[in-house]
Amino acid sequence: MAQTLEIRRSSASMWGSHTGIRTAETVAKYIDTTTCIGCKACEAACQEWNDLHRVATRQTGTYQTLPELHADFWNLIRFDERDVDGNFNWLMRKDQCMHCADPGCLAACPAPGAIVQYQNGIVDVNQDKCIGCGYCATGCPFNVPKFHTSGGKMAKCTLCVDRIDVGLEPACIKACPTGCLNFGTKEDMVALGNGRVKQLKASGFKDAVLYDPQGVNGTSVVTVLKYNKPDWYELPADPHVGLLVRGWKNVLRPLGVFAAFAAVVGTFAHFATYGPKAPPEDGDEADRGSGQV
Amino acid sequence: MGFDLSLARAEVRQFKISRTTETRSICPYCAVSCGVIIHTLGDRSKNATSAVVHIEGDPDHPISRGSLCPKGITLKDDINNPMRIKSPKVRRPGSDHWEEITWDDAIAGIARHLKDTRDRTFVAKNAKGQVVNRTPGLAMIGGCTDTNEFNFLQWKAISAWGVPYRDSQARV
Amino acid sequence: MTNGWVDIKNADVILAMGGNPAENHPVGFKWFMEAKRTRNAKLVVVDPRFTRTASVADLYAPVRSGSDIAFLLGLIRYALTTGRFHSDYVKIHTNAPYIITDKFSFNDGLFSGFDGNTHQYLKENWAYEGDPKTQAYSLDQTLQHPRCVFQLLKKHVDRYTPEVVEQICGTPKETFLKVADIVTSTGNAERCGTLTYALGWTQHSIGVQIIRAGAMLQLLLGNVGRPGGGVNAFRGHSNIQGATDTGGTFETLPGYLKTPTAQLQTLKDYNDSGSPTTLNKQSWATMNYWVNYSKFMVSLLKAIYGNAATKENDFGYAWLPKVDGNYSWMYIYDDMYRGSSMRAGAKEPAPEGFLTFGMNPVALGPNVKKMIAALSKLKWMVVVENVEIETAKFWNAPKEYGGAPPSQIQTEVYLLPASGFAEKDGTFTNSARWLQWKWKALDPPGQSKTDQEILSRIFLAVQNLYRKEGGALPEQILNVSWAYTNPVNPDLGEVLKEMNGKALADLHDPKDATKVVKTAGQQIDGFGQLMDDGTTMCGNWLHSGVYTEAGNNAQRRNNADPTGLGMYHNWGFSWPANRRIMYNRASADAEGKPWDPTRVGIQWNGQKWVGDVPDMKPDAPPGTYGAFIMLPEGVARLFAASLNDGPFPEHYEPVEAPVANPLHPNVTSNPVALKFASDKDTLGTSDKFPIVCTTYRLTEMYHYWTKHQEGGVLNELQPGFFVEIPEKLASQKGIANGSKVRVTSARGSIEGVAMVTQRLQPFKINGKELWQIGLPLHWGYAAAKGHTGPLVNFLTASVGDPNTWTPEYKAFLVKLDKA
Repeated sequence: MAQTLEIRRSSASMWGSHTGIRTAETVAKYIDTTTCIGCKACEAACQEWNDLHRVATRQTGTYQTLPELHADFWNLIRFDERDVDGNFNWLMRKDQCMHCADPGCLAACPAPGAIVQYQNGIVDVNQDKCIGCGYCATGCPFNVPKFHTSGGKMAKCTLCVDRIDVGLEPACIKACPTGCLNFGTKEDMVALGNGRVKQLKASGFKDAVLYDPQGVNGTSVVTVLKYNKPDWYELPADPHVGLLVRGWKNVLRPLGVFAAFAAVVGTFAHFATYGPKAPPEDGDEADRGSGQV
Repeated sequence: MGFDLSLARAEVRQFKISRTTETRSICPYCAVSCGVIIHTLGDRSKNATSAVVHIEGDPDHPISRGSLCPKGITLKDDINNPMRIKSPKVRRPGSDHWEEITWDDAIAGIARHLKDTRDRTFVAKNAKGQVVNRTPGLAMIGGCTDTNEFNFLQWKAISAWGVPYRDSQARV
Repeated sequence: MTNGWVDIKNADVILAMGGNPAENHPVGFKWFMEAKRTRNAKLVVVDPRFTRTASVADLYAPVRSGSDIAFLLGLIRYALTTGRFHSDYVKIHTNAPYIITDKFSFNDGLFSGFDGNTHQYLKENWAYEGDPKTQAYSLDQTLQHPRCVFQLLKKHVDRYTPEVVEQICGTPKETFLKVADIVTSTGNAERCGTLTYALGWTQHSIGVQIIRAGAMLQLLLGNVGRPGGGVNAFRGHSNIQGATDTGGTFETLPGYLKTPTAQLQTLKDYNDSGSPTTLNKQSWATMNYWVNYSKFMVSLLKAIYGNAATKENDFGYAWLPKVDGNYSWMYIYDDMYRGSSMRAGAKEPAPEGFLTFGMNPVALGPNVKKMIAALSKLKWMVVVENVEIETAKFWNAPKEYGGAPPSQIQTEVYLLPASGFAEKDGTFTNSARWLQWKWKALDPPGQSKTDQEILSRIFLAVQNLYRKEGGALPEQILNVSWAYTNPVNPDLGEVLKEMNGKALADLHDPKDATKVVKTAGQQIDGFGQLMDDGTTMCGNWLHSGVYTEAGNNAQRRNNADPTGLGMYHNWGFSWPANRRIMYNRASADAEGKPWDPTRVGIQWNGQKWVGDVPDMKPDAPPGTYGAFIMLPEGVARLFAASLNDGPFPEHYEPVEAPVANPLHPNVTSNPVALKFASDKDTLGTSDKFPIVCTTYRLTEMYHYWTKHQEGGVLNELQPGFFVEIPEKLASQKGIANGSKVRVTSARGSIEGVAMVTQRLQPFKINGKELWQIGLPLHWGYAAAKGHTGPLVNFLTASVGDPNTWTPEYKAFLVKLDKA
């Protein structure tokens, strides 16, 4: 039997966007980059649990699986080699949807109900309603949603909503060998993160910080960074949802009937602006994103 | 418009292992020996053919506590690998290809080779006149992902055939 | 491992050296991180590369591949000169006070007793001094005697100053001193540190001595036998530990009993050779546990020969094959290649028939070209596997590996489809010696069969031929007991019961002969009940206790942990005797009080030892026996006369040496290293091949196996072979990241994608800049479409350690070019 979850917010919708009958604790993922070994168990667990298609990859001289997230690859460890004050660092960070409290994707989405934020804070693409226009990608300050060419829809991390709904942790969290990942209520994850930051500061990493950007009202992914340099981890220093996205959205919000229209315009606009989605880095990887290898 | 409940609630993907059969096993890769739960299709009733649909860490296992590395997480790909060989094959001397062979013929052929080699190369006494009862014509290796029980059976067979040349992954 | 995986969380300091546990044992590595999080433990990583493990270390020290002994002896010197070692522990639990014969010496790279003709040592020169009249070794408890082990060690390591360590290892002096400070902080009762290693130590021509140096350091720091301590080898495969325990190598029978050699013609000769005697009577006496050797051996003979084994026929001892010399890995293929071998002074045939179960020798042995040439000489070969591996199709290997065309290879090859781990039950033994049962989840695909069925069918078919036709010594085959309920496909539970052992007659309590401990037919409780009169049988004494009358203990799944130390006595079964920490008697002081009351291994409560299963007679008061019960002297050896290349470790360069040995240029490499002399055994020199190369694994790949997965996730995560190259070397050679490069050794040449990285840095050795590159080993010519790659062992040499005969994969010479 399929499960249903109550919604806190829904794209391109004004009324009925939540029933308000039930409440749910906000959940979050915790990522401690200082104990991450870049083993990619989370990548594998994501692929496996979500039954995603293989992406054709090629050895280009890096441990990193792909240059960025992909419609068939929702969880990516980013690797960075860096010398800090004479100490060499191999930084690794698990990248995926941040599940913003104030999601730019949802704000940008013109299709009613295509992007939803559940009562527990998870931001999900409802593929039944997604029109594949790609506006969510422009609204996202983290470069997360990707267009799935064969599916014709947007795709990204669901925070394993299907597991959480039956009381389990996300697949990536469960797999993590070192325990650099954790899952629980947002409150607990922030407390865990603050504790670890304190421990790091005590052992000499004065700049250690818990990344939970307030520009998007915090995220359901909190990240412990040894250095307060988000860009070293390919994170935006102060992410915001663009004013344009919000403004545009406020005009359209009451006009649910424009949804179909918006879909057509959106798709057109998307291609006009970006061309075919996610151009492959290398010529022989043209089949990336086709969902087939 | 209005109170459209389809916008108030959304169906999430079905929990894909809610009715699979769970079997406790041990990961066959490194020597941490993580606990894995193998989820197979069907409930093992007579008319259901099991197939692995998912593998997940065993949260009760004291060492792995539910974790798995990328290799353990993807054990399904190993079990369901289309490259698995599914029937015995033989490559005849001088040939450039495999031929299918029945199990019975393969076992008979191997047993004949084994006996001929043993009878031909058996050394009952060494040059010093000591009883050695060995077959230098035979070599046998194996066992790093085999069970202890198999390894014991293998040692018995090795001793029976007098095989002196024997080794395992433990060396290399 | 002396300790367990979870026990690592109890450490204050973790020294990870000769291994990359985050990469190769990521889930075990969980407990490293737990120690960091919960105890503020310090993780120190010493490695030629800045690895995934190094990325989360508190301190990383670069060390040139193959120079670990210099680093470790430098640490030992630091501990001894600063007094930062656990002296109470050292005095009671090691042979530091023992006095060594005056024939022992060490000069210019050679220990006394070296025979330049045979390239072997005469070990009599390294013996303890003792007085047979008083039945006592000579000891000096003050550790002052110039020939006591402590003083000899001090003298031996005196050369390894921080400056010399820097000169040999390339480790900056300041970094080395930081490591030394952290590591020796555990040289006391309050703190405890663990040492973890893997094949980065084993696979050298000095592998055993590197490990010994590590163990000696741990003994000096008093860290062996204690929770949070130990010397912990991380094994690389799911049941490599079990294979080793079960007589998987030519020199052992199950339970580390020795394979009989030709000169041991009777069972008595054999048992005597395995039961050492000792002079140690005046200090702590010794349990010298191997005095029970005959009980283990006779019970094993009863397991293999059943009723055919009788007291009158020496329990069938004569039927066991006897060896003359070495039959290990590299000898197998050398003899195969040369077509014969010399044994006891006469020529004997080489292998002409070869069986391999679940192993891929072409890929995983050194010097692939020689390997393929060797296999080409076989009459027949049987490969039992899940996929078509390199070995199965060696006759069709790519041209560059030098094989003859298929038409010229007369080997008949059988490829038999086996079952995977999920398709059979049975036990695996992990690195921490835990036997765990796994349950079968599904049937194997197609016509595949379980390995036990394939082996049994071959065994029974051969037995049948001998029964019908006779032949060479049929008794050797016909008397082997295969009396399983279903002999064609034995139930593995039944086999495990056989390994555990049972009473064949009523067994009586040795203290009270009227009391029957076991009635005939009952499973025994442990190896303490084994007899050498034929009244017990046991397939592996070490496994005794795994399947008792209480049932299959490998199936136990109670994860309660009342000690809080991660011992889990009711989960599975840990050999020996369900003990979770080996040598745990050493976790307590002379009076039996734990060194650290918050981390109790075992302690004496006035009547008995409590805590973990004691590695000691449970009711023997402190002071009765030494803590190391398997050794005749009862104490751990800082000085060991048993090894083939010296009683102390010494720095030697790899066989393919990048520099002359800075300490003794006349003896650069291990003088007794294993080498072969065939025309395919070429070695390179540093003038032509100036770069040090090493091979290793990646987290995402399993050995030579994952490349066979079609459509799998893992080949997406690590899509192909690469060559890790230091940034500065790449820029010198104009190599761009992602471009093609060629790596060439004296044996072969391979091509791969350059991964240019700062994680590898040049080493300043003896004032000269030395480069090191690295090759992950997971590819080969047999693979799923799109995942083939070069075999890195095309480059490696058939040279190795003189004790284990393990190949030197971790340090060899190459040159690097743009492709």
